[in-house]
Amino acid sequence: MTITEFVVSRLNYWIYVILMMIGLFAMISKKNLIKKLIGMSIFQTAIILFYVSMGVKEESNIPILEHNIAHASDHAEASDHGQVEEIRAENYANPLPHVLMLTAIVVGVATLGVGLAVVQKIHQEFGTIEEPEILAKIKSGHG
Amino acid sequence: MKTLGAIAVIITGALLLYASEDFPAWGDPHSPASQYRVSQHYILKTFEETSVPNMVTAILADYRGYDTLFETVVIFTAGIAIIAILRGPIDKRVRLRLASEKKLRESNLILAQTCRLLVPIIQLFALYVIAHGHHSPGGGFQGGVIFGGSLILLAISFQLQTALDRVSEKKAILLAGVGVLIYSGIGLVCLLLGGNFLDYSILHNLLQVDPITARSHGILGVEIGVAFTVASIMFAIYANLSSRGRMKGGL
Repeated sequence: MTITEFVVSRLNYWIYVILMMIGLFAMISKKNLIKKLIGMSIFQTAIILFYVSMGVKEESNIPILEHNIAHASDHAEASDHGQVEEIRAENYANPLPHVLMLTAIVVGVATLGVGLAVVQKIHQEFGTIEEPEILAKIKSGHG
Repeated sequence: MKTLGAIAVIITGALLLYASEDFPAWGDPHSPASQYRVSQHYILKTFEETSVPNMVTAILADYRGYDTLFETVVIFTAGIAIIAILRGPIDKRVRLRLASEKKLRESNLILAQTCRLLVPIIQLFALYVIAHGHHSPGGGFQGGVIFGGSLILLAISFQLQTALDRVSEKKAILLAGVGVLIYSGIGLVCLLLGGNFLDYSILHNLLQVDPITARSHGILGVEIGVAFTVASIMFAIYANLSSRGRMKGGL
């Protein structure tokens, strides 16, 4: 397998790993607290993309039953098309990752909100959101 | 520090990419996650068991009801935490700045009138997303965020005070509590009627429908609870962050 094949056939994993690396690097190396929070947000997005990409099936639809299938049982005797269409698992994307990520997005917003509130409080106390300056101010006993 | 961080990040990324070789290919219908019986059961049996065509909604509010209940509690707690961190005494100086700001805002006629027209439509759409979550993409979380967004738009386009006149901070927190109460209350009613916590099929006596349809109605009930909490906490977070907890001035 050449390197191009490896990249193309695993593109979803490459995208999530690269986004995750960007987020992780920002969280580790950036001194600015807001930039750290942006990194955390990118990290969360990477995980969400990873999970959602796991739920994809080729030539499948979103995990919502089509109207005619959902209500086929109601009109079974009136239908002229003969047998009722049955639900086939391979026609629908895996709904479980979608559910898990729906809640993860909301938790992401909540953690981001609390993080921003803490940063704002730090700025009120120290007048800066740069980590070295805050540490210097704590050491010198200010605030 | 920067090089050390970069080295750690690159090693992590390389390990993950190395492991990705063992993962299923993109869109493979025979991947373990899609073949496992949990996923199969959800796709094949959801409509039979809950009469909800949207599997995501049914799993969210019924099969994984506990998860979503505590998710709602997480949002509620986050809102309370932000208020606890930021809320402080009202600053007099900010009120002075507000007066000059007001003049500026009033002159911006196009912005104000456009938002005045848009906000009710956005709110109507939010209610549609909540109520139609059984049949189309949507539900309590999405509709709640849209509704909260409409209040935030009101606060941005006019002033924070304009939005706070409609939904005060006190009211927002109360509505968030009401949302959690609706959700857990429906669970408790199920318990009192002799079923399991959040087992909506036991509500069929109360709602005068068959047990399968009762599940669908129960899901709608908890979605409304989720929407209450999400919408009001979204607005409370914005109001606190934009005004540094003083609830005056804002952006």
